[in-house]
Amino acid sequence: MEQTMTSDIPTGLAILAPEITLAVYAMAALIFAVYTGKDRLSGALTWLTALVMAAIALWIGMRAPAAREAFNGAFIDDGFSRFARITILLAVAAVLLTGKDYLDRGRLARFEYPIIAALAAVGMMMMVSAGDLMALYMGLELQSLALYVLAAMNRDNVKSTEAGLKYFVLGALSSGLLLYGASLAYGFAGSTRFDVLITTLSDGRVPIGLLFGLVFILVGLAFKVSAVPFHMWTPDVYEGAPTPVTALFATAPKMAAMALMARVLHDAFGLAVGDWSQILVLLSVLSMLLGAIAAIGQTNIKRLMAYSSISHMGFALMGLAAGGSFGVQAMLIYMVIYVMMNVGTFAFILSMKRDGRPLADIAALNLYSLHAPGKALAMLILLFSLAGIPPLLGFFGKFYVLKAAVDAGLVWLAGVGMIASVIGAFYYLRIVYYMYFGEEGEAIDTSMPPVQWLFLMATAAVMLLGVVNLLGLEPLAEAAAAALVR
Amino acid sequence: MGVAGLAFYLFAITSLVGAAMTVVSKNPVHSVLWLISAFLSAAGLFILLGAEFVAMLLVIVYVGAVMVLFLFVVMMLDVDYEELRGQMAKYVPLALFIGIIFLMNLGLAFGPWEFSETAGNLRAAPAPDPGEVHNTAALGRLIYDDYIYLFQAAGLILLVAMIGAIVLTLRHRKDVKRQNVVEQMHRDPAKAMELKDVKPGQGL
Repeated sequence: MEQTMTSDIPTGLAILAPEITLAVYAMAALIFAVYTGKDRLSGALTWLTALVMAAIALWIGMRAPAAREAFNGAFIDDGFSRFARITILLAVAAVLLTGKDYLDRGRLARFEYPIIAALAAVGMMMMVSAGDLMALYMGLELQSLALYVLAAMNRDNVKSTEAGLKYFVLGALSSGLLLYGASLAYGFAGSTRFDVLITTLSDGRVPIGLLFGLVFILVGLAFKVSAVPFHMWTPDVYEGAPTPVTALFATAPKMAAMALMARVLHDAFGLAVGDWSQILVLLSVLSMLLGAIAAIGQTNIKRLMAYSSISHMGFALMGLAAGGSFGVQAMLIYMVIYVMMNVGTFAFILSMKRDGRPLADIAALNLYSLHAPGKALAMLILLFSLAGIPPLLGFFGKFYVLKAAVDAGLVWLAGVGMIASVIGAFYYLRIVYYMYFGEEGEAIDTSMPPVQWLFLMATAAVMLLGVVNLLGLEPLAEAAAAALVR
Repeated sequence: MGVAGLAFYLFAITSLVGAAMTVVSKNPVHSVLWLISAFLSAAGLFILLGAEFVAMLLVIVYVGAVMVLFLFVVMMLDVDYEELRGQMAKYVPLALFIGIIFLMNLGLAFGPWEFSETAGNLRAAPAPDPGEVHNTAALGRLIYDDYIYLFQAAGLILLVAMIGAIVLTLRHRKDVKRQNVVEQMHRDPAKAMELKDVKPGQGL
């Protein structure tokens, strides 16, 4: 593989047009808001940012299907990256809209929030399209730095500040590990490009130095998807950060980090499947079990969702660990369904309040079904789907990754997955129990604006109706996986 | 040994002495000054290597800006360095022990380290032949042509850092008087001043 040193910048810029548009929009919005209305514009900016992101997602979806690369292979625009970018953009847009009311109520509505979220989305788009270790790191840092700021956004709240600091320190540590691994990989191969890296492995033998590099890169990424044993920060950060930011953490960045992991493992280390597969199997087993067991004792719904996301990441990693095109496809389907379930669940959590103050205690949902049967039903469907109970969409996500594991000969891993899923069902069902059969307690106020209501109801409906043909998700994910695993 | 050799040993010795004195000297201000001398000799070494652009960067950015900032910080912070130093002496044996272990680890890693067959060529590929292209031009080509994407991404990261710093720390205090230039310039003497005609011997 020869490197073309005369990079064609105009072509590269054309390929990067969606990212550039979003970045330029963020900067223009920043300047505009600073010189005019400042925080009074936050509502309008949130809407505008969400619309711009949805439009860019549409634009990416309609672009030419051919795989292209820009800037000496640093940016890859193929079916896989398009699939991931569309999911990320729509997830961020949905989270921005559902979180707006909460921020307004808590006097947290600052105009920087949608702008930083947009820049984080640019970082995530760069991550999933990275074709070079340096580009990977740049995208990851852009995303992480923006998220650290958002976690600490409620700066008068000690817990939010703590969340931001904790996330920052541990995130910096994980970035250091990732960089060290990347430097070892570069030391072996002499290039940071994925497509060059893979050619140096063509004899199928991975020397010990490169293996260390691979392990460190995986550890750094496992921090970002909060896979056990690199999950310590997750519950505290989820609890401390303002709930709309927690909703953001639980959705788009997880998709981006999983997609990035798939990208590195298949594009750069695709000839060493046996070496990384066993690491992923371990991460997957630990995440599924710990996520399911540790959530049982939680009474704070934000902490509970943190453990739930750890457990779900374990399942998604199972798909990746299976290797091959079908494994990636299963992971993509799982992640898209996971993101949808979380958008809906958080749309409800964001509305939980009493006397205008946000609530996170699950006991507050006692006999909630008597007060608002419609919303309780939607929540019931979402929770059943999170638990993976058939015939809801969440079950099909689990079904795909289990099938991928079984196909790859990892039957015992699939068995552990099923056990973890049964244990995990307990804490989802406990919320349902509180809502329908609990004791009469103080009433809870869950009034929400129409957009938020729409997201809650729409995701619940999707969980039911998706059974028909997974909403056409399967062929899309299959094409995306085929673009990655050749 | 020609002039270049003499210059090399001169710069090498001053940079080593400067680095050692930075750690050893008791007064933190002296430490910063020794660090400046170490940086200047490192810049001299870069010039000997033919990398004059990096040398100038070191002088302008590190010596000119970063070190001055360091000096300010060291002078402003009220830290009892003697106390720190006393504690340091306690940990020296442990630190030495860990240092030796690290050295051994590095040695172990260096022994079995292997490169891929193409690594050498690939590593040299991005940079043009130093004999043909001036190194300032070569650096410029790498940063602004080949790696323009990464360069701009770094710019975005810095932008986020700047917005983040402002979001997390800036507070608009209402009880502080602010300067409004336009208001100041449009002040009207007729409104701002009141002329009293004080009669002699009467007072106000």
